[in-house]
Amino acid sequence: MRIDKTRWRALLATLAALALTLGIVACGSSDDSTTSGSTEGGEAAGTIQSNPDNGKVSLTIGSKNFPEQEILGEIYAQALSAAGYKVKSALNLGSETVALKAVKTGQISGYPEYASTALTSFFGLEPEEVSADATEAWEKANEEFEKEGLQAFEPTPFASANAVGTTKETADKYKLENVSDLEGVSEKLTLYGSPECRQRIDCLAGLEKLYGLKFKSFTPVDIGLRYTVLEKGQADLSILFTTDPQLSAESDKYVILEDDKEVFPAGNIIFVTDQKVAEEAGPDYEKTILQVQEGLTLKVMQELDARVELEKETPKQAAKAYLESAGYVG
Amino acid sequence: MSGLPLFASIGGAVEFIFAPQESNVTGGKKVGGFDKSLELVVGHLEVTFLALALALLIALPLGLYLGHRGRGELLAVGIGNAGRAIPELAVIALVATLVGVGMRNVAPALALLGIAPIIVNAYVGVRQVDPAAVDAARGMGMSELSIIRRVELPLAIPTVMGGVRGAAIVIVATATIAPLAGVETLGDFIINRNVYGENGLLAGALLVALLALTLEALLALLQRRLTSDGLKLKTV
Repeated sequence: MRIDKTRWRALLATLAALALTLGIVACGSSDDSTTSGSTEGGEAAGTIQSNPDNGKVSLTIGSKNFPEQEILGEIYAQALSAAGYKVKSALNLGSETVALKAVKTGQISGYPEYASTALTSFFGLEPEEVSADATEAWEKANEEFEKEGLQAFEPTPFASANAVGTTKETADKYKLENVSDLEGVSEKLTLYGSPECRQRIDCLAGLEKLYGLKFKSFTPVDIGLRYTVLEKGQADLSILFTTDPQLSAESDKYVILEDDKEVFPAGNIIFVTDQKVAEEAGPDYEKTILQVQEGLTLKVMQELDARVELEKETPKQAAKAYLESAGYVG
Repeated sequence: MSGLPLFASIGGAVEFIFAPQESNVTGGKKVGGFDKSLELVVGHLEVTFLALALALLIALPLGLYLGHRGRGELLAVGIGNAGRAIPELAVIALVATLVGVGMRNVAPALALLGIAPIIVNAYVGVRQVDPAAVDAARGMGMSELSIIRRVELPLAIPTVMGGVRGAAIVIVATATIAPLAGVETLGDFIINRNVYGENGLLAGALLVALLALTLEALLALLQRRLTSDGLKLKTV
């Protein structure tokens, strides 16, 4: 009887431990099994050739910590790896301040940044001073980066910007098309955005200052919850990204308001790296990055975001699918 | 990051707490300062106390009851160990899809962290009460509930309070992630490095540490007040 009880307890304890382990595993990211389906990747731009000379060079590719950034980081990392480099990745760098510091201190070789963010956040430009022309914005940013021993490669085809988003229902109810249509009704509406939105001039601070809007309340939430709060009906308005896949996949549900006073500058991705790193890595470094981003149009980027945010693939899987279907890797 | 700049920025962090500072991304508006710091300290304490109260409400009766019955050791210890492994951010994200964000999300999610230490300590505390005292109480005709309330709980107070103090520390420290779910706490300074810079980051960390120490001191004081004189070590 006594022994039985002990055994029974041991069994229970083992089961409990097992259940816990499974629980923790389930909380982690989903498995790495290969993907199916296809991503349109623009025209086939030629396979990346592996160069044995590059094997001596180690690179660490970084990114900020939200899906679009992680996908871009993966694309660059996998492409450089295909070109023969030894590549590691650090795709969870928090804010741009952290990412830039990581480049400057040599912890990462480079990371993708939005040209608009670089100009406003690093170099103190007001949002309205940011050129809408991708090349111009890149040239200006690169000029500033060069003063600090850094370098930015040419921009991607797609651009991304913050946007005020809402449900179709709310937009219809208040007849909202442009951000300036919020005048007179914004006092009745709640706005949700990332914690740093409140004080950023290219976010709430700009909506208040440049549009003269006042909202009923602003509530900070994690970027990953920007659609959840709309869906739960907690938020009347939420700060979204123009590349969000939900906007095309559920266009009957969500709309973004036209930024008619240009508080949210659009930014194309520029790859920021250290000049010395670029020199040591040789010509294939820049060549590979520019080659592989050629297919990244707005439509392709939305589709890649959809794979990760809606279909719950990992950024790694999405990046791989892009590289394969565009023919960059065989 | 060498030692020197870190030391230099502690001065900067203290300055940040008292006087608003320049920021790159705000279009010229200054950030931080005393009013903002105070507002966030208040928000931080609010959610901490609410979560701690919730945790106490759930865990204390359960821990005391299990200890009293002398059963469910596996349950108490299992909850204790599982509690340490809770991925708090995942809980918040999960609760967000169920009930949305805000206090009703963050407070229960943080309370979950406090439940483990309170249950375990209450259980252990009651179990180590001298059985003779319990037998005597029962012999005097006390009901089981009064035995818990008037004999076991008073005798277990030092251990129980140890659990409460542990819970308070975990909750006050973890409340820094609340701004990710709609509740503004000192985490605002820490999460938004783009806005507040490194001085803000350090200022937030310093204030949270200060709150944790203060809370710990207050609870230690409370523990002394609650502990029966007969249990105190007398120093003459």
